[in-house]
Parts: sequence; C-alpha cells; structure tokens
Amino acid sequence: MSEKKVMLGNEAIARGAYEAGVKVSSAYPGTPSTEISENLVKYPEVYCEWAPNEKVAMEVAIGASISGVRSMASMKHVGFNVAADPMYTVSYIGSNGGLVAVVADDPGMYSSQNEQDTRQICRAAQVPVLEPSDSQEAKDFMKLAFDLSEKYDTPIVLRTTTRLAHSQGLVALEDRVVPEDKPYERNIAKNVMMPGNAIKRHLVVEKRIKDMAEDANTLKVAETGFSKDIPLNRMEINDTKIGFITSGIPYTYVKEACPTASVLKLGLVHPIPKKLIEEFASKVETLYIFEELEPVIEEQVKAMGIKCIGKEAFTLQGEYSANLLREVVLKQDLNLNKPAEVPARPPLLCPGCPHRSVYTVLNKLKIHAAGDIGCYTLGAVAPLSVVDTTICMGASISSLHGMEMAKGKDYVKNWVAVIGDSTFMHTGVNSLMNMVYNQGTGTVIILDNSTTGMTGHQDHAATGKTLQGKVVPAINILGLCKSLGIEHVQEVNAFDIKKLEEVIKEEVARDAVSVIITKSPCALLKEVHFPNKCVPVPEKCKKCGMCLKPGCPALTKNEDGTISIDPTMCNGCGLCKNLCPFDAIETVEK
Amino acid sequence: MSETKNIMIVGVGGQGTLLTSRILGGIILTAGYDVKLSEVHGMAQRGGSVVTFVRYGEKVSEPIVEEGQADVLIAFERLEALRYAHFLKPDGALIINDQRMDPITVVTGAAQYPENIIENLSKTYKVYSIDASAEALKLGNARVFNNIVLGLAAQHMDFSKEDWLKVIENTVPPKTIEINQKAFLVGLEYK
Repeated sequence: MSEKKVMLGNEAIARGAYEAGVKVSSAYPGTPSTEISENLVKYPEVYCEWAPNEKVAMEVAIGASISGVRSMASMKHVGFNVAADPMYTVSYIGSNGGLVAVVADDPGMYSSQNEQDTRQICRAAQVPVLEPSDSQEAKDFMKLAFDLSEKYDTPIVLRTTTRLAHSQGLVALEDRVVPEDKPYERNIAKNVMMPGNAIKRHLVVEKRIKDMAEDANTLKVAETGFSKDIPLNRMEINDTKIGFITSGIPYTYVKEACPTASVLKLGLVHPIPKKLIEEFASKVETLYIFEELEPVIEEQVKAMGIKCIGKEAFTLQGEYSANLLREVVLKQDLNLNKPAEVPARPPLLCPGCPHRSVYTVLNKLKIHAAGDIGCYTLGAVAPLSVVDTTICMGASISSLHGMEMAKGKDYVKNWVAVIGDSTFMHTGVNSLMNMVYNQGTGTVIILDNSTTGMTGHQDHAATGKTLQGKVVPAINILGLCKSLGIEHVQEVNAFDIKKLEEVIKEEVARDAVSVIITKSPCALLKEVHFPNKCVPVPEKCKKCGMCLKPGCPALTKNEDGTISIDPTMCNGCGLCKNLCPFDAIETVEK
Repeated sequence: MSETKNIMIVGVGGQGTLLTSRILGGIILTAGYDVKLSEVHGMAQRGGSVVTFVRYGEKVSEPIVEEGQADVLIAFERLEALRYAHFLKPDGALIINDQRMDPITVVTGAAQYPENIIENLSKTYKVYSIDASAEALKLGNARVFNNIVLGLAAQHMDFSKEDWLKVIENTVPPKTIEINQKAFLVGLEYK
C-alpha cells in the first residue's frame, strides 16, 4: 500500500501536479488558491514563480506548454477574469505540453469581493472543467487534467472551491512520472491567432468540445495509478425514488444526508456527458441538480428536455450543506437550537498594522479613499471608515481618475487612492500610467508593507525575494513612479503621523499627480520586531477616547472610561501613545 | 466506532486554532481513522470569528460539521462559545476558555458584550470551562493557553494520554514541546 498523508486540498493539487511531471508553474496569490504554489515550491524539480498578476501567470504557463512541457497556472476566481484574455484564445491554440489552470471559487465569499462561478467563463471559452470532491480526487484529477490536456489538445481548468481548497483529507502518494518533453515544431496555423488562422481553429474548438462531450460518457479517472478503473462521471444507483446530479463538495453533502439515494457524480462538469445524464434521469423518479452557485448543469439538463429540480429549491448564494438537503429534499424537521443573537466579530487590521496609522490620519483629515483589494480594504469598517469604494485589483487609482474626469480636479481634493504594494504591481501601475497620460491630478497612497499581506505573506517583484526565497534585485516602487514622469513622489514612514498629515494635506491640494509611499513592513512578518509594548498610565488618563479612535484590537475601554491594553496582543507600534494628548500611554521594553 | 465524531474549534483569528486542529488531526491519524478537517484562511483570520471543523470515523464524507451535529465544541473565547453553541448535539460537550475578547462592535459601543454567558449556556448545554490564560500564566507562557483548553477537551475524547503527548511532541516547534505538553496536562487533569 502506498503512503497516505493528510493533505489540504491545495496541497493535494500541488502533489498531483508534481506527480504528473509538471515542470513550470506560475501564479499570483489569492485566497483560496495560494497554498498551491506554496506547496509546489517544496518540490525542487518544479520551476515555480509568483507572477505580478494572473494574466502574466497564465501566459507563462502557455509559453511553457507551447515549448513542450507540462505547465500550470493557479489563481482565485476573480484572478481568472484577469487571465481570461489569454485563456479565451489559448482555447483555440490548444496545448503542446499539458496545460492546466487551477481556479478556486469562493461560495459564501469568505475572502472575496464577489461570488462568480468559474464554470460560466469556461463554458464561454469552451475550456473543459474538472471538479474534484476531496483531497484524494484533487490529486487524481490534477494528474488526469494533464493527460486530458494532451489527449484533446486543449487547456483544462481544474475548478475548486474554498471548502475543497481548505479542507484536509487522506491522500495516497505516488511517484512523480515525468513524460518526455513534446518536440516543439513551428506551427503558425495553430499558434498564431490572427483572423485567418483563428477562423479555422474555432471549428477545431467546437469539434473538440463535442468529441469530449461524447467521450465524457465513458472517461476514466486515470490511465495509471491505483484509481485506474473509476469512471470520471460515475453513476451510483441505489434507491431510485430520488436521484441527484452533483459534483465537487456538494457530492459529499448528498452522501451525508441521503446515503441511500442514487447519484450521478460528475467529475467533468464541462462538457457534460449527455447520454449518461439521459440514462440516469430515466432510472430515477425525482431528479435533483445539486450544484453550488449558478445553475450551470441544471440549465443544460433542462435544455435536454429532462424534468429536474434545481434552483427552484436550492439557493444561488453561499455554500450548501447536508442540512439543506435534510430540510428541502427529505422534509425533515431538524428541530435545531436557534443561534444566539450575538455581537458581530468582523475581521480587523492587526495590532501594529501600518495601514491603521495611515487611515487614522485620513480619518482625521476627513479624506475619502478610493480603495483596493487587500487587508487595507478593512479601512472601510468602523471606527476608521475611510475607504469609500472597493471594486477589483488596481481599481483604486483608475476609479479616482474617473471621478476627477467627471467632476473636475477640485472634486478630488479631499480624495486619495489607497493601494498596497503587491496590488500596485498587479495592475495598479497601469492605472497610474493612465492618470499621468490623461493629466489627472489625483493623489495616490501606496501602502507599502513589503509583502502580499492578506493572503499570508507572499513576495512579489518589489520585495526583492522570489517564491523560493532567493534574494533578487527588487523593483523600486519610488523609482518606477518617477520613471512615469511623476514629479511628486515621496516615501514617508507609515507610523510618522505628524509628517504623514503634512504630506497628505500638501499633496491633495496640488494640481498634479502625486504619489505618497507609506513605508513600514507588515507587523506579522517574521523579521519585524517591535522592541516595546504600550502600557496605559491611568492616573494621567482624561478619558478622552483619542487612543480608541484607530480601533486597535489590543485596546479596550474600562467601565470607568480609562483603557486597558492587552499585553499579548499589543505589538508596541506606539500609534495610541502618539495620539494621546496627555501622555497617558507609555512604551516600555517587552 | 460506527458513527462519525464531530469536533469544532472556534475562536478569534490569531488565537492559534489552526495549531489545535493540527494536533487533533495528528491524534486521529494515530488511531487509524479516516479524517477530514476544514478551516478558514484569508480575510477571516484577521481578528474575526474563526471556525475549524474536524470529523473522524470509519469513512468521512462531508468536511464540515453542521448545526446540531457537534459532539465536542471547543471555544477559545466566551462570546464565540455563545455564537456557535447551537452547533452542538443535545448531549455534546461545550468546552469554554473563560476569556473575554471584545469585538470591535463592542469597543465602538455599537453592541454590548453579553453578560453571564457561561451561566446561561450551562442551562442548555453540558459546559466545561477553564480560565486557560490564567493557568498558562502560571506556567510562565501566556501563549500555551490553547493546549490547556485542548487538554480539557481531551477529557471528552477517547485517545490515550501517551498518544496525545506524542502527537504534541511531533506537532509543536521543538523548543516548546515541554511547555506545551505541561499545558495539555493541566487541562487534562482539570476538574
């Protein structure tokens, strides 16, 4: 028996890629996909990198595939939008070495700005989609994805969800088998997508998806390995009163709540196996389609003229559960205790976070911020309440420019754009180019904490370290901004609130683009050590509440109006101390 | 064991729930069960309310514990115990670290921190509480409080003391093995 290990879904995906002989992987971090690259990099045989964004990552993988090796890109669902441009066209080109994109959806929006369904984009791009149900399948399907990519000359998407990506289960390990590199042959008709060639390739794409839909009725999970003879799309006929067509994590809810029901478990969710579906539907009395998010399978089944129940019974929003099936399908009265009414506990900026310092100044100056994607989105939450808008990666700078072009330069004199260093490198720099080119006068604050914070500290081109931790020359953000022709670019220590206030006042008033880079590393980075901690001096406290304004979670108000500081939480950044007009907080050595 | 056992760990992001779930995963594997764990990463870790599900048995299907299904609920903070108590089975064990951490909604005055949480929960559930932070300070390391809570929870699970200590040894950083094992025993022997 092979060795078994408990693995996170993302770790299993990395393992599958490794075993499949992948040679090149590129990615931009995004919850819940980040751990794929973080685990893949542990295999020195695989070249892994962080790219500045998902489009770049996808194109790196495409280049590697064209050259003849197995390659992949991984990203979260909204990152797939950024990578959609190359994906739609590489669907026409196909693959040489196996080409796989792992895309992680986030039903329930644990860490995302929307709840889009990756399967919709894949249908539009005519790219086949595999969807595993647990860590073992995540590994198996990853290997299968490379085989299918080469067999059908197509990119493949492996779709996961947060629940799969961040669940752990047992996985049987196998050895890495590296297929021989495919020879590269110049093939202009296939690889140069100009109209004359693309018109012909579109026909190939349509035929390919049709062929695959036919084959989907009989495809097996793997040609090699222990899981050899399991059908990819599998009928489990039990009691035929109720039947479910399902896939991914929802399959596990069906097995939990309705273990005696019949199930058609789809491993390939695009294109769907029509013959199997017809056969299954004919065997069961009531057919349910149990899929999270959009009715992608349901609408196709209904279009086949098959009667089934889907979104009329199950929600379009959030995650599903076994209890949902118990209530809706089995009509059980679960007689559950009601949840208590309790105060919400929303996520917060950490104690010692440099963003809190910058936002405290913006809040004081009553300045609005066009926000972006990262920890600093939390600046929208009370008591800071500084961030007015959050759309997508890089949108802070461009949307601020749009406001100015709509309302004039005076309108943006109490506005700034705030964007993190990693997000600036992702797509923010394009927006800044636009602001310069079209003669905007906006003020951009780059919150440079020297990492990609929200996803758990990944390096990027401006940190000077690769995914492997190798030290490389860092792109200098200040120099980059200056090179765009922006005259007013300066760095300020994020915790120097006096200086910061001066600079922000000066720059928002200026009739020219200006960039303020607030520099201070993320408080959670291993190399960051605050030597002190903050301690209240109750006898000096006038109970004014100034120190509570930034909303640091280490500070709480006592019943008598004075404050306490939790010594295990305080990072000793000194922001509260610097805000206190009465020296009622001091810093002492830890 | 025919039925799948369901355990939940709840707390505030940053309290170390992931370490506890790693130790739990380790002990379950030692006993040779199938296991699934599910945890929260990303935005919710930043001081928000966090939940980890652990399920084990002969064959585990879904990776989450649902309302009314938990055999043991381990709460690292009082308010979080109250938030998730309805996930317990009627005879489930509710382990509470008797600690208060005000959420920002309370700090800003938008909401009130509920009074007498432990007393009120005891009316409906089997509650076992401990001031683990105080106990941890007695050991000289405030950060090992979560292994004290885990020790208390271990009183309601069927694994041997030796196996627990072995798994802790294999899971925590080498320099902290002894203090973490001590902390665990404080919880295990707590009455």
